[in-house]
Parts: sequence; C-alpha cells; structure tokens
Amino acid sequence: MGDHHHGPAKGLSRWLFTTNHKDIGTMYLWFSFSMFILGGAFAMIIRAELFQPGLQLVEPAFFNQMTTLHGLVMVFGAIMPSFVGLANWLIPMMIGAPDMALPRMNNWSFWILPPTFLLLASTLFMEGGAPAAGWTFYAPLSTTYAGPSVTYFIFCIHVLGLSSIMGSINIIATVMNMRAPGMTYMKMPLFVWTWLITAFLLVAVMPVLAGAVTMMLMDVHFGTSFFSAAGGGDPVLFQHVFWFFGHPEVYIIILPAFGVVSQIIPAFSRKPLFGYDSMVYATASIAFLSFIVWAHHMYTVGMPVAGELFFMYATMLIAVPTGVKVFNWISTMWRGALSFETPMLFSLGFLVLFTIGGFTGLMLSIAPSDFQYHDSYFVVAHFHYVMVAGAVFSMTAAIYFWLPKWCGRMYNETMGKTHFWISFIGFNLAFFPQHFVGLAGMPRRIPDYALQFADFNMMSSIGAFIYGLSQIMFLYNVIATIVAGKPTSEEKVWEGAEGLEWTIPTPAPYHTFETPPAIK
Amino acid sequence: MIRLSNNPVIDTASKLLVVAVLMFAFVFVVMVPLYNVLCDVLGINGKTSGEAYTSVPAVVDESRMISVQFLAANNAGMPWEFAPTVTVMKVHPGAVNDTVFHARNPMPAAMVAQAIPSISPARAAPYFHKTECFCFNQQPLDGGAEAELPLQYIVDQGLPKDIHTITLSYTIFDVTDMADGAVAAR
Amino acid sequence: MCVEAKRLLKLALGPVLMLMSVAATAAGGEVSSVNMSPGVTEVGERIYDLHMWIFWICTIIGVGVFGVMFYSIIYHRKSKGVTPANFHESTKVEILWTVVPFFILIGMAVPSTTTLLDIYDTDDAEIDILVTGYQWKWKYEYLNESGENVNFFSNLRTPQSEIHNSEPKGEYYLLEVDEPMVIPVDTKVRFLITGNDVIHSWWVPQLAVKRDAIPGFINETWTKATKEGVYRGQCAELCGKDHGFMPIVVNVVSRQEYDEWLAAKQIEAAEIKELMAQTFALDELMERGEAVYARSCLACHGANGEGGVGNAIKGSAIATGDLATHLDVGINGVPGTAMQAFGGQLNDVDMAAVITYQRNAFGNNMGDLVQPIDVYNHKKG
Repeated sequence: MGDHHHGPAKGLSRWLFTTNHKDIGTMYLWFSFSMFILGGAFAMIIRAELFQPGLQLVEPAFFNQMTTLHGLVMVFGAIMPSFVGLANWLIPMMIGAPDMALPRMNNWSFWILPPTFLLLASTLFMEGGAPAAGWTFYAPLSTTYAGPSVTYFIFCIHVLGLSSIMGSINIIATVMNMRAPGMTYMKMPLFVWTWLITAFLLVAVMPVLAGAVTMMLMDVHFGTSFFSAAGGGDPVLFQHVFWFFGHPEVYIIILPAFGVVSQIIPAFSRKPLFGYDSMVYATASIAFLSFIVWAHHMYTVGMPVAGELFFMYATMLIAVPTGVKVFNWISTMWRGALSFETPMLFSLGFLVLFTIGGFTGLMLSIAPSDFQYHDSYFVVAHFHYVMVAGAVFSMTAAIYFWLPKWCGRMYNETMGKTHFWISFIGFNLAFFPQHFVGLAGMPRRIPDYALQFADFNMMSSIGAFIYGLSQIMFLYNVIATIVAGKPTSEEKVWEGAEGLEWTIPTPAPYHTFETPPAIK
Repeated sequence: MIRLSNNPVIDTASKLLVVAVLMFAFVFVVMVPLYNVLCDVLGINGKTSGEAYTSVPAVVDESRMISVQFLAANNAGMPWEFAPTVTVMKVHPGAVNDTVFHARNPMPAAMVAQAIPSISPARAAPYFHKTECFCFNQQPLDGGAEAELPLQYIVDQGLPKDIHTITLSYTIFDVTDMADGAVAAR
Repeated sequence: MCVEAKRLLKLALGPVLMLMSVAATAAGGEVSSVNMSPGVTEVGERIYDLHMWIFWICTIIGVGVFGVMFYSIIYHRKSKGVTPANFHESTKVEILWTVVPFFILIGMAVPSTTTLLDIYDTDDAEIDILVTGYQWKWKYEYLNESGENVNFFSNLRTPQSEIHNSEPKGEYYLLEVDEPMVIPVDTKVRFLITGNDVIHSWWVPQLAVKRDAIPGFINETWTKATKEGVYRGQCAELCGKDHGFMPIVVNVVSRQEYDEWLAAKQIEAAEIKELMAQTFALDELMERGEAVYARSCLACHGANGEGGVGNAIKGSAIATGDLATHLDVGINGVPGTAMQAFGGQLNDVDMAAVITYQRNAFGNNMGDLVQPIDVYNHKKG
C-alpha cells in the first residue's frame, strides 16, 4: 500500500479481484441491469400470453415458471442489487470515507451473485422445469408438489441471502465507523440514513428467509413435517415465516428509493429538504412497523378475528409515516425554484405513482375489503405501482442524477426526457387497467382469462411492451454517455445539488477522501 | 457495551453477524414453537391439542345444547374408506361424550394413517377437549382390515355463548413411508 | 367499426367509467368491468360501501396533495425567474399532518371492524356445504344430518378446442362448469372449506366470499344471497399448472327449486348405488358410455377418438389391449401427463360404461364388456 494514488489494475483481474467501492458499485449496477432485462424478458412472455384470451404462446406450466422467475429475478436480482450498487458508489462519497469498511467482503458479496442467478436460470432447462410456485412459494405446492428444481432454488435463496447479509453488514460497519470527523448521524444525507435502516432490516430478516427455505429443504429431503399437516406441521406456518421476512423485504426495496428522491427533489427545487428530522423518524417508524404487519398478506387463511383486527390496525398505521414523507417532499418543492431535468422527472413520476400505490395499499389494508382484493389483479397493480414506479423509477432517476459525476460526461437530456415520458405512459398503460380487471374479479397468476377481461388485458400488454422497449433507449443513453457523452468537469454537475460527493472532482477519481474532508 | 474486537469495524461486523445467526436460530427455536403454542391456546387454524386432556371434574351445563358435527376427509393419494359413524351429536358443555369413526383399508398391503383434526369455528378449538382420540397416534391397518376408531371429548363450559355449532374435521394422510418403526411393526 | 370505436372509447375512458359506475351504484347483481361489484349479499354491499368510502377518502387526499404539487410545478419554476425560499421545517404543520391522518384512519377503522365481525359470524346457518379444492377442480358435499350426503365434482366445461383457439370462445369461456353448486336464495349457507392436496382459495366475487382451502385444516365462511341468478368465480390461490382452469359456478335458486334439486340428487345417488350391483348388456353400456365420453373425455381425445391434447383412442394400444391396464389408466390416470385420475370423479357405472365404449367405438372392436363390479374390484385391488 505504498502508493495510494495508483489507478485500477488492467484487464479482467481488475474486476475479479477489485476491492474498490466504485468498481464494485459499477459491477452491481451492470449486473442488476442485466437481471432487469432478464426479468423483463420473462414479463414480456407473460404479457404476450395474456395479450388475448386463449393459450397462444406457452403452456400453463411454463407460464407459472415465468411468473415465478419474473418475481424472483426482479426482487432479488434487479432491485436489491441495484440499490446495493448505488450504496457502494455513494455511501463512502457521501460520508467522506475512502472506501467501504470491509472491501474484501464487498468483493465476495458481489461475486457470489452471478453464478447463483446463472444456476437459478438454468433450472428452466431441467427436467420438470424451473420453480413454478410463485415468488412467494407457498408450501405444500413448493415442497411436496414441487419438481426436482426446488433443491437448487433453495440453494440459490441461501446464497442470495448470504450476499445480502454481507452487503448489509458492510454498509452498517461503514456508516457507523467510517464517517468523516464532524459528520454526525443527523448530518448524514438521507440516502445514507435510509440505507442504514434498510441494512438493519436486511440483517434481521434475510436469516428468517434462510430459515424458511431450510425448513422446506428438511421437509423435502429429510422427512421433517414443518409445513405438512400429515406429520403435525402446518402449511400456514410457512406463510407466517415467509411474510415475517416478506413484509420487511418490501420496505427493504422501497426505503433506499425514498433516500434517492430525498436527494434529488431538493437539488432541482434549489431548496433544502423539508423536515429532515421527521424524515429520519418516519423511516425508522416504517421499519419498525414492518415487523408487526406481516399477516395482512394472509387475511383469507382463516385467522382468528382478533388477529385480523390487530394486523389491520397496524397496517393502517403505516399510512402515517408514509404520509409524512410525501408531505415533506411536496413541501420541499413548495416555493422552490423548480427545473425539470430527467432525474427530477423520474422523481416526480415516483412521487405521483408511489402515492397512488400507497392509496391502494391503504385500501388493501382494510381486511373486509381485502377479501375481495386478495390475490386479484388489483394486488398486482398495487405492488407494481410501488415496486416499479417506486423502486425502479427512483433507481432510474439516481442513474441520470449521479452518472455525470461518475464518468465526467453528460447524458443526452432530450433522450432522457423522452425515456421518461415513454416509460411513464407505458407504465400507466400497463398497470392502471390492472386495477379495473382486479376489481372486476380477475385472479392473479393465471395464463388465460374470461372474455370480459380481454380489452384491459390487451391494453395492459401494449403498455408493458412500450415500457419494456423504452428501457433499451435507457441502455443506449447510458452507454453513449460513458463512451461519447459531452465531457464535463464541473464539481457540482447540478446547480442545486448538495453533499460531499459534489465537492470532489468530476469525473470522480478512483480513490476519494483519502484524507477526511472538513465538515461544516 | 461488549467489544468483540479492538478494531471497531470488525467489532461492528462481528456483532451484526451474531445478530444474523440469532435471527436464523430465532426461526427454529422461537417462531415455530411459539406458533404451535399460540395455535394451541388461541385455536389458530382450528388446531387442537395433540395430547389427551386430563379431565377435571366438571359441572354439566344442561341449559346449553351444542351441535358437534363430524367430517372426514382423505388427503390426496389416501385410498382408505373413512367416515364418522354419527355425523352430528347434540351435547351439553361439561359432559363426557363418546363416538367412533369407521376406517377400512381396501388395499392389499398394510398401511399406516395419521388423522389430523381441525375445528371450525377456530375460536371454539381451545374449548374442545379430547380425552381420548385416535388422532393422538398413527393408525396401522392390515390390507383389507377394518377398525372402529374411538373419540372421547368434552366441550368446555367456557365455550363462548354465541357458538352453537362446532365442526370437527379429520383428514387422514398416508404416512406409511414415514411411520414410526413401532407402529409399522404392530 | 362501431364495435371497435366503442372498445377504444371504453379503454380511453376507463377511469371516467369507474367514477360513473360509482355514481350509478350498480343495482345488485350487475357486474362492472371497472369496479368492484356489490354483488348479491348484504355483506357484499357493505364491503362495496367500505371500498368506495376508502376510495373517496383517498381521492380527496390525492386531489389535495397533487393539487399542491402541481401548483408548485406550475408556479414555482426556475424558468419563471423565482428565487427559492429557504424554509426547511415547521414543527406546527409537521405535527398537524401527523395527527390529522390518525383521525382519518379512525374513520376508516370503525366501519371496517363492524363489517369484519359480521363476516366472522357463521352461526345459525341453515345449510352446510363442504367445499374441497382439488388439483384442479372443486368438490361440493352437502352435509345432511339424516341420510346420505350429496356430493359431486365440479369440473371446467370449456373445451380444450376453445382454450387452444381452434374454435370460437363461448360467452362464459373459462367460467363454466359441468355441475354447478346450487343454493337457495335468502338462506344463510355455511361453507366449510378445505383442500385435498395444495392450498386453493374459493372465490365468488358476487357472493363476497373468498377463503383459503388448506389441506388438513378446515375454514369456514358463509353467504346469504338475496337474488336468484348464476354467479361465477375462480380459484384465487396459485395451486399449480391448471390454477387458471378451475372455475366456480353457483346457481342461486328459489327454496322450492333447491329442495327439488336436492331430492333429485339424492334419488340419483340411490339409483347409482342400485346400478352398481347390476350387470349390463353391451348396448346399454355403449349408450351410457357415449354420454360419459362426451362429458369427460371428448375435450382431449376428440369426438371420434382421434386424439388432440390427449392421445388417440381409436386403435390405441391401451383401448385395444389388456383390460386391466385400460382400467388402471382410467381410474388412476397417468402421472405427469394431462391424463387425470377419474376414479374419484366418475361413479363405477359410468367408469364401466366409458371404458366399454372406448373399447368398442371408433372402430375399436374388442367386444369385451366391463361391468361396474369389475371397476369396483379393480379399485379394491
């Protein structure tokens, strides 16, 4: 370590053995984008089959594999790693640290991901096909009635969990120990805060998922009966354990997105974030509440009425801190000096569509009404409004926002704005009608449907194709920027941007903050 | 605060690792047993206790009449004939009642069955006490053999006043492959 | 042109239509294509009212929030030359917008709680029906305190040819069954719901009923339809390959019609019992077998046994080979293929008839007969 100012190694080994947070962040981001394309391809097959009533392209068994893999790849392969990538790039730069606290573990936590997803995707070619019990893989469909691929699937989940836990430990260790002198907790950018809380959630619940799949493994191969009634077990127990992980998981996906828009909206409003303290407290409350609401995914399993009421009230409460956040963002914009570059457009898209997803979430929390919504397309519409318009839109905003800083080149603004408008229209065309078919009685996860749902499904498919294709434009824009974008060397790429990452040179050097910055 | 290492980073990371390991253990040593206890106590899912109720001398409440309805079901792949001999019993809370289920194994080979009880409405489950039940043990039957499977139960006087009907369903599963050695040998 | 134009209009005006359907609050039983239906039960109406109540609260909040946001977007833009303000907190408004939502939530929680308690009150039902979910069909068993229970399977009736687009789709495509559940109007019916293999979920939107069917456990819920009619639903919990192909149809009829139907079912069951002990001549079996074939086999094996989704029966090795093998395929199915086990679905008379039919129709000329007792003996090993 004699020369601190060496650049990256050359060739493949730079990427294989790197411990540099920026390199690892880059790899995470490219990996997650490739998974986004793969999961998107599965979605396109689903929407193509649902374009018209009747079976045209695929058989029901394969359709179920598509819905399952789409969910797994998008949640564990696209959204989660993309935010880990962003955390790797940004957290050290935001808190004035030279790198992540545990750089070697950082390398491992990334490199175990690609082979795992390769294995998961390869189950498609196995006898009996890929897992087909949905991304929620309820027992006994996923145990007693599953094909041989279930064992590989369980292994994949274990490795993904391990990767997430290592990544989270790294983030927490970095934030707790590596902050520049003077960077107190309540001075940290909100993105760092949301990630810190997310990382704690991950450390707490990924082991629970690991426990759930371990029990599955034991039921399948070692004759235990955790989830089989025959041996005194209970299939409903699986749902409890799964959602004890699954509901915090939802917030694991959305909290970093909150952090991103909390950085971007003030920048383009040219005004500090409104209610920083309450944002931190709201994030923490949401994280806490996420542990006591899991059974709202299970209103129809026949819980005692007292249980239903408890979970209903607890779930409704989440609306309060979430509302605080939305009000804060809007107050940030109020009497600012707004401009509408691509990152801001995506953040506003997030704000509008996430709020709609929040409203439908509130509707879903009402147990009696949920008897009609549950497992219908209304639910599908709801979680795509929060997952896609929430997490993916904010991630897209983040790339447009920080890419010029990272590579010292400006993206094509016209193309960026076009990308936004096509995405926005395509997304709404795809998912808004799903509210209608869901309310009218269309169940989710079906390869074919009754004739009264035909018009809206066709519309939904067209919207999905538009949204899918618009991502090609995004990919092109990003590559064109990196290769031949207009060079910029301004430290503050955006006029209103605040934070330590905007005080370093542009493009961001390979090593930053080797001497801690002075914090005002 | 306990320090696991002098290096603060390693210290934080080790503590988090301990948390992760504890959470993994939490699933097995807390969630599963706690769920089973809650099921027993609250009757979640209509589960009833898997052990015989030691009856305490109780006053029979002759002012109330409860309908107890019996159902029998076969899980997938279970070929036995299995049915209650009486489908409905009118009983007083506190009284000890007896009934039998009839089972026949039509297959040529010996098989072992496990009956799983479930009660509806689920909130009645904690008030339904079985002093003797064929569901406490695995039930072996030789090929072509028949059996009368006994059940003795008490409906607790504490049963909520608005419940007038209790449905008790038994689903039988084929557990020949996972039968206890002792049962299979019988 | 007119149809296309109407369709386009409907697509474009979806959201507007939803609001309009709200204004018109569809009369009981009418199905909206853009909104939840109040259905034909009191509970359904209460759920619908609750749904609309929350929907309107959300809409009003949404209009307020987005109104402020768009005001900002329009009037507070840099291109208008505004100088940004610098405020970034206000304890007063922050407390206000934390506390006010609590009260709004209470306004939602109260009606939700009362409705939920109502849904859970299954007491005093007049009719009990045991609903069992199978991969991939439903079985309905009418529990009878005195005498035999009536039970039957309810299978998808839509032919494979419609699903695979070789024939035009009928009006109730995928929402039609061979034997619907029948219940009387204005009567509290209790459903006891369980699953035979994996978890299913029994959902009839118009009756406001959805409850999971869990193997080994029994769930209960109830309905009381106030209007006669045919109500359709589907399995709502992913249960494997044909999850999308196990619809539910419930006929709500007058009390008298229901009693007649039930009596007829009981007589039918008694007749079948008698028939089981009889021996039949070839032409009797052929006639019955043809009807059974049309109901249970034709969809996959073709009207002339020429095959389709399933193998051809005409000249097949099974239908012209060993009788025991043929019986075994019919009764136990072929695991891993689309050939289901029909042993639990067809009674022994029908099974005997259809096997006989398959061996003696389409030019298969085996000349052997299968009697109900043969089926019975085969099942008993």
